[in-house]
Amino acid sequence: MSDKKNWPLWEIFVRSKNGLEHRHFGSLHAADAEMALENARDVYTRRSEGVSIWVVESKYITASNPEENGEFFEPAADKVYRHPTFYELPDELKHM
Amino acid sequence: MSEKEIKNLEEIFEAKIARDEKIEPKDWMPEKYRQTHIRQISQHAHSEIVGMLPEGNWITRAPSLRRKVALLAKVQDEAGHGLYLYSACETLGVSRDELYEQLHTGKAKYSSIFNYPTLTWADMGAIGWLVDGAAIINQVPLCNTSFGPYARAMVRVCKEESFHQRQGYEIMLTLCNGTPEQKEMAQDALNRWWWPSLMMLGPTDDESVHTAQSMKWKLKRKTNDELRQQFIDQTVPQADILGITIPDPDLKWNEETGHYDFGPIDWDEFWQVVKGHGPCNKERIAARVNAWNNGEWVRDAAMAYAEKQENKKVSKAS
Repeated sequence: MSDKKNWPLWEIFVRSKNGLEHRHFGSLHAADAEMALENARDVYTRRSEGVSIWVVESKYITASNPEENGEFFEPAADKVYRHPTFYELPDELKHM
Repeated sequence: MSEKEIKNLEEIFEAKIARDEKIEPKDWMPEKYRQTHIRQISQHAHSEIVGMLPEGNWITRAPSLRRKVALLAKVQDEAGHGLYLYSACETLGVSRDELYEQLHTGKAKYSSIFNYPTLTWADMGAIGWLVDGAAIINQVPLCNTSFGPYARAMVRVCKEESFHQRQGYEIMLTLCNGTPEQKEMAQDALNRWWWPSLMMLGPTDDESVHTAQSMKWKLKRKTNDELRQQFIDQTVPQADILGITIPDPDLKWNEETGHYDFGPIDWDEFWQVVKGHGPCNKERIAARVNAWNNGEWVRDAAMAYAEKQENKKVSKAS
C-alpha cells in the first residue's frame, strides 16, 4: 500500500420522488463531488430510484456518540407534557 | 476498560441482539463481532466483484442483443452489489484499500464457485438459474441480520437479484426448447454447475466452525444444511420443467420428510478449490489484480485533477 492520496469517501443521499425527503443510501469513493454524483447515479439509481442526489464528503459529517446517548437525549425523557396523551379530557369530547 | 466493564457491555450487547435491535457502526460491539463481520461482509463483496469475471467472458459473445444487454446489466448489478457491501464493511473501520489488498494477496476468500470456468453460452443460463438461485437463498435471511449497514445493503441486493435468476432460467428454457444440440448444451451446463452450486451453501453443519456464533448474532438465521435442502427442494421441479436431469442418481423425493434425499457431496473437491487449486483461481485473481494495477494511472489522474480544481477555487477566493 502506498501513502498516495486515495479517493475520499462520500455519503450519498437520494430523494426517491418529489414530496419525499432525501434519505441516506450508502457511501462511495470518488475523486471529487461531480464524480461522486455520477457514481452515485450509477450505483444507487440504476432502476430509477431517485430524482435528486446529494453527496457530502464523509469527513464533514459530525455524528453524536451513541455511548453518550443517555445524557445527550436525557432532556426529552421527563417531558411527558409534550405529548397529547398527558392532558386529561372528558370522554364526551371527541376528535381532539 | 476493566474486564468487568467489558463483560457488562457484552451483556447489554447480546440482549440488544436478542431483542432484534440493530447494531449500528458507532455502537459498542465486541471485537470478535467486528472482525467476524469484516470477514463475512468483505468476502461477500469480493464474491460479487470476482463473480463478474466468469460472466464478463460471455458479454461480447452473447447470441443476441437482448441477451447482451441483459447480461451487461446483470454484471453491472454485481459491481453495484460489491460496492454496497464494501461501503457497509468500511463502516466497521477498515479501509477500502485494506480490503482490496486482502483480496489481491489471497488473504481474503471469495465464493469458490467463481473458480470454475464458463465454457459455453449455456453456462450463463446455469449460473443465473443455479448460482444466483443459491445466492438468493443465502442472502434473503441476511436482510434481517443484526448489523444495520449489512442488513440494509442486503435488502437492496435481494431486490435486484431476482432479475438475475429469471434471466438465467429463461436462457435455459430457450436452449431446452431448441435443437437437440442446444438442449444437450443446457444439460451439460447443469451437469457441471449442479454440485458446485450445492457446495456454495457452505460446509455441512457438523463441519462448519462459525455456525453457532453466527446464529447467535443473527449473521446466519438458518444452517448451511437447511439452506442446501431448501435450494434442492426448490430447484428439482424447475429442472423438471426444463426437461433436463439433475446429475445425482440418489436424488429422490422422500414422502416421509417432505424433502428430496440427495447423494454425497465431494467435499474434497470443495476444500481443494477453497485452498486455491480450482480450475481458475489463479486466472481470476490475476485478472482482478491486473485491472486494479492498470487502472492506477486513471485514479491518480482523477485525484490530481480534483486537487487542481480545488486549488483554483481557493486561489480565486483569496
